[in-house]
Amino acid sequence: MQVNGYKPKIVAFCCNWCSYAGADLAGSNRLAYPAEVKVIRVPCSCRVNPMFILRAFQRGADGVILCGCHPGDCHYTSGNYYTRRRMALLFSMLDYLGIEKERTRVEWVSAAEGAKFAATMNDFVQTVTALGENKRLEDLRCKK
Amino acid sequence: MRKISLSNLDKAFALIAENAKLYIPVDGKGGASFKLWQEGVKMSDALNTVRSAKDFFFPQMETLMEFKTEGKNIEIIDNRSEKEDFVIFGVRACDVKSFEILDRVFLSEPVDSYYASRREKGVIVSLACGRPNETCFCKTFGIDPANPAGDITAWKTETDLYLLANTEKGEKLLSAIASITEDCDGKAVEEQKKQISAIMEKLPLSNVTTEKFGAGKTKEYFDSPAWDELSSHCLGCGTCTFVCPTCQCYDIKDFKTNEGVQRFRCWDSCMYSDFTLMAHGNSRASQKERFRQRFMHKLVYYPDNNDGMFSCVGCGRCLAKCPISMNIVKVMKTLGGKEND
Amino acid sequence: MQKITREVLIAKADELLKNGTVTKVLGLKKGEFSYDQTPTVFTDIESMKKDFVFDDFSGANFSKYLVKETKKGEGKTLVFLKPCDTYSFNQLLTEHRFDREKVYVVGIACDGMVDIKKIKGALGDGVVSVDCSTDTLKVETLYDGVKEIAKADVLAERCRNCKSKKHVAYDELIGEDGEVVASNRFDQVEELEKMSADERFAFWQNELSRCIRCNACRDVCPACTCEKCVFDNPNSGVQNKAAANSFEEQMFHIIRAFHVAGRCTDCGECSRVCPQQIPLHLLNRKFIKDINGFYGEYQAGEVEGSRAPLVNYTKEDLEPSEAVNRGDK
Repeated sequence: MQVNGYKPKIVAFCCNWCSYAGADLAGSNRLAYPAEVKVIRVPCSCRVNPMFILRAFQRGADGVILCGCHPGDCHYTSGNYYTRRRMALLFSMLDYLGIEKERTRVEWVSAAEGAKFAATMNDFVQTVTALGENKRLEDLRCKK
Repeated sequence: MRKISLSNLDKAFALIAENAKLYIPVDGKGGASFKLWQEGVKMSDALNTVRSAKDFFFPQMETLMEFKTEGKNIEIIDNRSEKEDFVIFGVRACDVKSFEILDRVFLSEPVDSYYASRREKGVIVSLACGRPNETCFCKTFGIDPANPAGDITAWKTETDLYLLANTEKGEKLLSAIASITEDCDGKAVEEQKKQISAIMEKLPLSNVTTEKFGAGKTKEYFDSPAWDELSSHCLGCGTCTFVCPTCQCYDIKDFKTNEGVQRFRCWDSCMYSDFTLMAHGNSRASQKERFRQRFMHKLVYYPDNNDGMFSCVGCGRCLAKCPISMNIVKVMKTLGGKEND
Repeated sequence: MQKITREVLIAKADELLKNGTVTKVLGLKKGEFSYDQTPTVFTDIESMKKDFVFDDFSGANFSKYLVKETKKGEGKTLVFLKPCDTYSFNQLLTEHRFDREKVYVVGIACDGMVDIKKIKGALGDGVVSVDCSTDTLKVETLYDGVKEIAKADVLAERCRNCKSKKHVAYDELIGEDGEVVASNRFDQVEELEKMSADERFAFWQNELSRCIRCNACRDVCPACTCEKCVFDNPNSGVQNKAAANSFEEQMFHIIRAFHVAGRCTDCGECSRVCPQQIPLHLLNRKFIKDINGFYGEYQAGEVEGSRAPLVNYTKEDLEPSEAVNRGDK
């Protein structure tokens, strides 16, 4: 996905039990999603603390997406419920600081939803591509 | 001595700004700070800036160099930034004196070339303090706010600004604005000096003295029981250090960028738990030790190494800014005993 | 003015020291001027009579000091807590940060504290002393003699929007207990929310760019009691003694506020101590407002032992996407 040669950098945190398997399934089913998406596997979506998201932006990400099991299906029973609260508050805060809210997203993707994973990533990359480079939460030292 | 009408000040600024970056104190949210002069920027009337003027020579953070590695090769990139001439206008006597204190640290062997080149590029125009604050105690350290040092000394009255060059750099700058300044006798300046001296006598902190402190007093104060109470509620924040014009400790760190390594230095504070952190931990394990270090350094250690010169200039910033209102005056009065009260 | 006077508090301390209830008193010591009061521990009544102060400048929140103070020796510490302090007190107890048995709390009614920065902002520098024995402050200045200013005009931000006059923890009370009051503390947050993203970004860049990373906001915060802060930990990868650029300023303040989200009682100490007068409480209040809006009203510290919203959940919680799009509807 490319607009005037610009390719966004996307970081996708995926929980080991659902979303990472979902990404795998997308691959097995030969469903394409952009190579700009860098998947980082985490044990559970609630392993991701706000610092992870900010650090991804610092290191040059233009968009960060967090994927976990559907609420109620967490491998650890309740991890993603906490994720949901944390990210709701964090994203709202980022918006409050004037940082584009489209650059962050949470999506629930189960191990069976290869198609949803691919579709989600396609959509997210498209959204971020339209936004352009991340200028508001950037660390210039990492952009040389 | 030259004189310029205040209404012409902007013209003088414009002339100066033609050849060098000009910084003047400007009012803003949170207080005054030095800002780059541009058309329309007005000079602040505040006595002092929140941050001191040391930033110009010893910035809070500066990149020293960068490295890039490729295979087994390492490339060192010199990206020094301190290459431009600049003028700081309106530095108060205390801050001017602080440069002398910093000089002794950074310009003695081994010379800190970053600091040295900034000192060389910078021209300091000082400004006499017409209305010192209740927190001022520069007199304690032998500083005369009516007659600040610097390349040029300036006095501001209701209508005019009087300028006197003290150095070659100052002469050069004055000649650049000679077309809009005129020669004058120093009568108004003498008048202002007298006024300021009279005010200085009346300031609430005019009785603070350094008599009890100075070189060779380490043993006298190091184990004083007073440190316990003085430091007992210190938060361990860096406010005093970072607003202080004479604090000069820094840390050098590497930041891994996506393509290499950026080596930078930034101010550090002896109040911090990770100050001079070593493999075994912090050499000053308790806040009391850190607190003691800061004040002993200003009042005893620095004089020990610098011919009795104190590393405090009495600017009063820490008095105004400390979250718990603990400060060097309270330390001096407590340690120095009743006579100092 | 404060209806409760210094003398009343000294008498109470005298009584409790004499009858052996407490062995020390946490209080404020007078300084060089009337407004620069320093927290200290008094162990005898004579030194209290000499140096203890309590007036319109005695705004410091004492709760956090108890963490350290209760670890020193045996015996109870007497502490006078204003209503807002008691919320922090409860929150710290909830987090098991000190031993309740080692503290004797005397709740004191508070008539609002003044902010010396506001006095200086209105009257200029050179404030030598302030007489706050009535609600018209008499300010002695170096250059303009004695000036008067209404206390209401120089109330500290947190007092202007006081949220509660009620003590939520105490062993005994001096004066009458008040009630939780309706405040307008979220007004400024709402104003910001109404701005465009560009305006908000500009607003916060202007504010946060002044940060000198002195960490005073963190160090004074009663909710920040980690033994080792992530920003002080060389192994964390994010330790920074100076914000190298705007990103690090943003990161520090987002993380600082996030870490106390759901635990912050809105005591306002962070904004009080900021040497650059950054309105840090607006970050904390945003979280409080969101928590109230998303998960139901919650006041940290109101009830000891209550479960903070971020360590809690319901199955019906809103989705993050809904959280950020609320304003759009």
